[in-house]
Amino acid sequence: MLNNPTRRGAPLLSRIARNRLVLVGLGMAVFLILMAVFADVISPRDPLAVDVAAALHPPNSKELFGTDRFGRDLLSRVIHGSRISLGIGFSAVTIALIVGTFLGLISGYFGGVWDIVISRVMDVFFSFPVLLLAIAIAAMLGPGIENAVMAIAIVYAPFFSRVARGPVLAEREKEYVQAARVIGAGHSRILWRHIFPNVLSPVIVQASVTIAYAILTEASLSYLGLGTQPPAPSWGTTLNEGRTYLQLAPWISIFPGIAIMLAVLAFNLVGDGLRDALDPRMC
Amino acid sequence: MQKYIANRLLAMIVSLFGVTIIVFLFIRLIPGTIVEQMLGTEALTSYETVESLRRYFGLDQPVYVQYYQWITRVLVGDLGNSWRTAIPVLQFIFSRLPVTIELTGIAIIVALLIGVPAGIVSALKQNSMGDNLARLVALTGLSIPVFWQGTMFILVLSLAFRWAPAIEWVPPTKNLVANLNMMLLPGFCLGTASAAVIMRMTRSCMLEVLRQEYIRTARAKGLAEQVVIIAHALKNAMIPVVTVAGLQMGYLLGGTVVVEEVFTLPGIGRLLLWAIYQRDYPTVQGTVLFVAVMFMAVNLLVDVLYAFLDPRIRYA
Repeated sequence: MLNNPTRRGAPLLSRIARNRLVLVGLGMAVFLILMAVFADVISPRDPLAVDVAAALHPPNSKELFGTDRFGRDLLSRVIHGSRISLGIGFSAVTIALIVGTFLGLISGYFGGVWDIVISRVMDVFFSFPVLLLAIAIAAMLGPGIENAVMAIAIVYAPFFSRVARGPVLAEREKEYVQAARVIGAGHSRILWRHIFPNVLSPVIVQASVTIAYAILTEASLSYLGLGTQPPAPSWGTTLNEGRTYLQLAPWISIFPGIAIMLAVLAFNLVGDGLRDALDPRMC
Repeated sequence: MQKYIANRLLAMIVSLFGVTIIVFLFIRLIPGTIVEQMLGTEALTSYETVESLRRYFGLDQPVYVQYYQWITRVLVGDLGNSWRTAIPVLQFIFSRLPVTIELTGIAIIVALLIGVPAGIVSALKQNSMGDNLARLVALTGLSIPVFWQGTMFILVLSLAFRWAPAIEWVPPTKNLVANLNMMLLPGFCLGTASAAVIMRMTRSCMLEVLRQEYIRTARAKGLAEQVVIIAHALKNAMIPVVTVAGLQMGYLLGGTVVVEEVFTLPGIGRLLLWAIYQRDYPTVQGTVLFVAVMFMAVNLLVDVLYAFLDPRIRYA
């Protein structure tokens, strides 16, 4: 960094853009989002249209990814699956972000009893491996998309709380916050206008990485039969259905897995690059 | 240090109490109890049987009474008996524990064997093609769903070698070869994601350490590059890596459930899933509590080990 003085003052965007892997990740993410938005337009067929006579076709020129046991077009199912995976990922992370960040702000800013209660409850969630917790909550809430979103949001909210709380603790004691208080600014104004901007960048980094994990968690839940339910074309659900036909029709198990991998990789690349750009501390 | 450990243990006990309350309430929120699971459709017609079974399991008591009865026994080390099998829950858990521990062990060894060398090479050749490629491969490893990776391995191996996942688990004490034959692949799948995490940590720590003055000194006094890297740099760079590897072990405990499912291995994860489906409350509660204790113990051990390895770290 020292032998390249221009880099020190480089604006954030160009610092992010310098990392080529981030651009690759961003490109993949945009592609997937477009695929999800325009799923109806680009799918060759209805992902739910059953045609038993055409069951278990291997990939061919008309059905690029082949068909499943009900003769449903796998390519169309994978394309529509992006809607479910990204939809669940984004909504779960949004809920986790709002709830977690809010709790982190409150706990860091007010301290005292608030901090003790919130931190202890978060500790309870941290005292359990994430995936197992998500599986347990999803199993308890029962299968379904909404419950999968809830389960994923619940397990990832504590991460946002922890990420937000730290900067708040540091910022709370600074002079400008004291000054704002002296001139009569209320708690909500101080929290929102002065402290919140400081937690924004760690929260954004956390969010982009968490989307990757959320997509992966949804896939695992659906694969175990705890998330999205058939006939919805979730990637995890399709993989679960493909299990029985692994020898007979391996393509059912191959393509949705590649889709999951690419989606998770996209957001991991973005999150990784953002972390490098926003938080250059290494070890 | 003793004070720090005592404080952590205290916090652990508080968190564990929270875990017991949450799991106790959550499992009771799921529609249907063991009574309906056992009776099936008969539950709809035979009111008397339902009532007597509910009384038998204590489900007719208020929740706080049920909790009190359970927790007072837990405090003396008795997790109760499984409702579905009548086996003591602790014994049930211990019968499944070897699978989960072996899986986690293999996974962490795989992760270290891949992650550490890859991280070192990547750091030594920073920003080269090889470095970028290694980082991309690591992130890809982090992005592959464990269950899909497992499925793909089964597919390839079954097509190439007619290999199939074993039906029944063999303990390593009985037949080590047969045991490893069924455990290595699942352990490898489980370890890939952790290998990526460890690789990234090794890389960034090596880069950090290589920039330090004492490395320059070591080079200046004419030491061979291997000695500088292995004896001087690696030793310090490994400290945070040990921590990360330890924390990964905690997460692997959770990740095993999916691998156990794909390869049908009888571990703790599948026990928990089974118990939830069966509404076997004591087994669910006991298993959750047990996993939480293991997870917290690993995390505490890692923190203590960290202070031990790096004398600069002092916990207040």
